[in-house]
Amino acid sequence: MFKIVKKQPLNPTVTKMVIEAPLVAKKAKAGQFIILRASADGERIPLTIAGYDREAGTVDIIFQIVGGTTMELNAMNEGDYLPDFVGPLGKATHIEGYKKVAIVGGGVGCAIALPVAQAMHAAGVEVHSIVGFRCKDLVILEDEFNACSDKVCMMTDDGTYGTKGLVTNALEQLILDGNEYDVVIAIGPVIMMKFVCMTTKKYNVKTVISMNPIMVDGTGMCGGCRLTVGGETKFACVDGPEFDGHQVDFDEAMKRGAMYRDFEAHKREETCNLLKKEVE
Amino acid sequence: MAQKNMSLTKCPMPSLDPNYRNKVFEEVATGYTYEMAIEEARRCLNCKNKPCVSACPVCIDIPAFIERVANDDLDGAYEVLTKQTSLPAVCGRVCPQESQCESKCVRGIKGEPVGIGRLERFVADWHREHATEAPKMPEQNGHKVAVIGAGPAGLTCAGDLAKQGYKVTIYEALHVAGGVLSYGIPEFRLPKAIVNKEVENLKAIGVDVECNMVIGKVLTIDELFEMGYEAVFIGSGAGLPRFMGIPGESLKGVYSANEFLTRINLMKAYKPDSKTPIRHGKNVAVVGGGNVAMDAARCAKRLGAENVYIVYRRGMQELPARHEEVEHAQEEGIIFKTLTNPVEVLGFNNPDDPRDPRNGEVCGMKCVEMELGEPDASGRRRPIVKEGSEFILDIDTMIMALGTSPNPLIRSTTPGLDANKHGCIITQGEDGLTSREGVYAGGDAVTGAATVILAMGAGKNAAAAIDEYIKGKNA
Repeated sequence: MFKIVKKQPLNPTVTKMVIEAPLVAKKAKAGQFIILRASADGERIPLTIAGYDREAGTVDIIFQIVGGTTMELNAMNEGDYLPDFVGPLGKATHIEGYKKVAIVGGGVGCAIALPVAQAMHAAGVEVHSIVGFRCKDLVILEDEFNACSDKVCMMTDDGTYGTKGLVTNALEQLILDGNEYDVVIAIGPVIMMKFVCMTTKKYNVKTVISMNPIMVDGTGMCGGCRLTVGGETKFACVDGPEFDGHQVDFDEAMKRGAMYRDFEAHKREETCNLLKKEVE
Repeated sequence: MAQKNMSLTKCPMPSLDPNYRNKVFEEVATGYTYEMAIEEARRCLNCKNKPCVSACPVCIDIPAFIERVANDDLDGAYEVLTKQTSLPAVCGRVCPQESQCESKCVRGIKGEPVGIGRLERFVADWHREHATEAPKMPEQNGHKVAVIGAGPAGLTCAGDLAKQGYKVTIYEALHVAGGVLSYGIPEFRLPKAIVNKEVENLKAIGVDVECNMVIGKVLTIDELFEMGYEAVFIGSGAGLPRFMGIPGESLKGVYSANEFLTRINLMKAYKPDSKTPIRHGKNVAVVGGGNVAMDAARCAKRLGAENVYIVYRRGMQELPARHEEVEHAQEEGIIFKTLTNPVEVLGFNNPDDPRDPRNGEVCGMKCVEMELGEPDASGRRRPIVKEGSEFILDIDTMIMALGTSPNPLIRSTTPGLDANKHGCIITQGEDGLTSREGVYAGGDAVTGAATVILAMGAGKNAAAAIDEYIKGKNA
């Protein structure tokens, strides 16, 4: 059993939790993920590690409410226990050997981009962070990015905060301004990562993206997380989750990601109604 | 001594009506009654040379346990069984007895062999329902062994070592123990309550089971030695699914059998209130002809599919699945499209609307007909494509059951652990010793995908070797 030590809403649909999991905390690295279940007989869901404290033995997760399981998770409180929490899974972000990098985060993907930015910063790399959100109300982790970045570009789709525009606009401008990045690391919605890669390809800048596909076991068993990278089938759980963005077939990944959209919308509603009843 | 029963046929196994059971996940074969078991046990001739025992991977003294059944000593029968197997209720259900013990039965020369598997199951079930005595905790010998993977190989190895007084910890990657018994074999063939009970029996003799522990990630094998384990057994199985490499494999609605079965068995997607999503296809094709293919097809049927096809490139005679499984599938209405091979999965595409949610969904499978040519290296006749035989099978879900390769996580994180080009861990001889001192391996991690009982046999041999190794080291 894994205790929820802290719960903090970051915006109306995104929540941060600090989970007591000493063994996972001991080994966790930026870029890796965990799998959890919120209840017995529940679904296994993968979440990328948003932070860890080796001494306190805790791991941070940040999730957006998209389906039944994330809604159930969001209804849990400090002091409650998760039945299962397994990790760290996947390969860690490659940090060594860079001088200057751009970290691009979109929406809840910023939660995953943050530990990468922090790890780079700690390794003495010059970090430019570009974070994008739909609107002001959805902005998360601004202070944290400011603390670990040499430059932060805050973008919103509607211009209610920071600069109006897409992360790709800011990235392209930085490149045109003469910034030479050893690597661009983009984490966010698949569509965003696709457009970041199209932008960086123009300027021939190496780009790494982090996939968060549908997954069951996280150890290479189900193949549900498969994607096509450079014409080859790869499993995000053991070969990734990070890949060379210029090689990934994003269109296929987008379609696969939508496989259970209707089911999740339905389960979210069902769980929501159930929770309402409990409150009544 | 009870009188022999000279009937040429086995006492039939009672089972649920096919038209009822293909809609539910209840166990298909309901098991012998007490009277049936005594009747069947009396068919055993109790031969002196015991050919059946030589064909059992874990060397159960088969005539001895059956004799006790015939003499109404069911406790005694259970004791004989559990001397050699830690999982009798499982073996009695999923062992391919027809190609092992029963294939050597003298009664099989003229008529049907003794129903050894059915009797084993009866004894184990009877014991589970009637026994009141808790298993005895063996005296501890003070040595610690770690087992990786709580599947058939790991559970057997752990059970055998625990019985000899070792303190055994099993590390399991998933959230429940059982390995393929839990995630792979469906409820209607092996009820999970039975698997849980067998695991509980091991816990009762002192085995610790730690779930959610992916060895190679959270702990390495070297760290296990640092923690004081004197030997490690790797029974991590073969879970890496193979795909065909044909166009369209990444369309929505294409599953590996592993994913499909895991969602259903491990994550209970078949229950109406489950939070696990699963596709309820109307027309489902399962590619492959083994037991896993039969399991996937029968699950798809139970989820409400109208047409479920087994698509297999060789003929009915060549199906690698157990005869009983094929028969059960046929009774339940599974359609066999043998001598058929898929060449492309077809996906829906609305050219006018790229946002159409149906885009990328499976809408058919292009197949070719096959014929059998000369035998290949495996001794089976090689399937050859029939010219101009292309046709389209109307499906919305495709499940690939083409076999699996060993899990890659441990070998990629354990320096000095040798594996062959297929990813199978290399062991020396039958005792499972790997290229690392004190590290043993067995089951599908070594052989590639095989059977539950072969994995159990490997776990058993490794347990004996580990015992010898630790005793020798401390002598």
